[in-house]
Amino acid sequence: MLARLAGARPRVNPADLHTGAPPAGGWEVVTINRPPNEVLPGGRRPEPLRRLGRAIQVDVWPAPAGRGTELAARIRPGATLPGLAAHVAGDDPARVVRTALRQAKQFAETGEVLRADRSPIDRGLAG
Amino acid sequence: MRALCWTGAGRVAVRQVPDPELRNGHDAIVRVRLSSTCGGDLPLLAGRAPYLADGDVLGHEFLGEVVAVGPQVHRHRVGDRVVVSSTVACGSCWQCRSGAPWCCDNGNLVPEASELAYGQAVPGAFGRPTAAGGFAGGHAEYVRVPYADVGAYGIPEPVSDERALFAADAAPAGWLAAELGGVHPGAVVAVWGAGAVGQLTARAASLLGADRVIILDPLEDRLRMARRHTAAETVDPRHADIPAELRERTGGRGPDICVEAVGPAWDGRPRSLAGRFTGAAERPRAVYEAVHSCRKGGTVVVLGEFTGQVDAFPLDAVGAKGLRVRGARPHGAGQVPTLLERMARDELRTEHLATHRLPLEEGARGYALFRDRRDGCVRAVFSPDLPPAG
Repeated sequence: MLARLAGARPRVNPADLHTGAPPAGGWEVVTINRPPNEVLPGGRRPEPLRRLGRAIQVDVWPAPAGRGTELAARIRPGATLPGLAAHVAGDDPARVVRTALRQAKQFAETGEVLRADRSPIDRGLAG
Repeated sequence: MRALCWTGAGRVAVRQVPDPELRNGHDAIVRVRLSSTCGGDLPLLAGRAPYLADGDVLGHEFLGEVVAVGPQVHRHRVGDRVVVSSTVACGSCWQCRSGAPWCCDNGNLVPEASELAYGQAVPGAFGRPTAAGGFAGGHAEYVRVPYADVGAYGIPEPVSDERALFAADAAPAGWLAAELGGVHPGAVVAVWGAGAVGQLTARAASLLGADRVIILDPLEDRLRMARRHTAAETVDPRHADIPAELRERTGGRGPDICVEAVGPAWDGRPRSLAGRFTGAAERPRAVYEAVHSCRKGGTVVVLGEFTGQVDAFPLDAVGAKGLRVRGARPHGAGQVPTLLERMARDELRTEHLATHRLPLEEGARGYALFRDRRDGCVRAVFSPDLPPAG
């Protein structure tokens, strides 16, 4: 279905994708006010979910009442998050997934991820 | 730049802080001309809000001039005079597109804080704790305005700064209360609180055709101002049995719509850090009275931002009387342009609310006057351009 939606062959493992009824169990989900083919353009996972690689499963289905698309992700059982994400996750790996989903949503809806002000240290103004 | 920062429970001071920068393509930088105190600041000032940190810049009601824009800003250019909505909303999520920008999904930098407190992330606002996703406030020389095409509004030429300032928060809050309450021609509306938001709620109710508007407040100077500028009837609760008074004035029915516009009380005592996270708010007496006084099947609108949980709420009355209870965080999208037009047509006058105009350096005095309601203070308004006294 994603291939039909996107008009292109999915670049993620089809086993990772599901377009039927919402699944249950350990998923983090956001609703994105965009159609599915914009949420997963060409079947590709949006950043920053893509960076989490094979450690996560991704799923997508239309949201009810014209609210766009529900995008879900969860960590595969026994999987380890890659790179920096593993350090950020600490004892709550789901937090990394939630943050990645939120950022994917913001990017799809507004075109960018909201950034905090730089701290004086980042600006070289401290001390 | 200079900014009025929170420096500890009950204390603010002007400090030198880094100038804001464009951080997103949708950002604008605004040079502030005026900013106002608001009742929602008082729990922050008192140190009652979790996450507030030394150095956070207060102030969510401000206007000024655009001095820089990001590449994705299309509605504004350098030199525009703009008033900025207090809550940060993206304009693109389903909530924003559905006309509820005060529920925006994307306007918060640290959504986890409000998810923990409320179960859902709520949008950030200017002058709110940055550790809870808020943004540096408007009591400063410059402010970064995210999603500027959505949150900043050009001010029509005939509208003065002193009038347009209240289109940032107080006027939209009042308008939203009247709309959420379902004010209609012939309605009877009671408003608790004759501060800026209460007066502008009363004015909105009148403009929407309410038959009678009644304002309750214990301060005679505020009641006098309300009578003069809103044409509302007034009640001093110190000298009245409120439910009986309202029954008498409404044919025994009770008001159709009751609006709490008092906000949180403050007893002057700072809270411990643990108390800031877990402590109960003061009892919101005005909400209790509104629920008790409202007619059966009527609507109670709660505008105050209560920094805590309220127990002993009269839920039985809500059920038995079939009330609708609505809460609201003010945000101007969809309301600010209309309000500015009404200001330009002289239907909505707000400049009288700015009872005290002070330089930024007198921020502590301004907040003290406002907090203690001394010297007839309804709103203390700061201008970074005014030279410090002496």
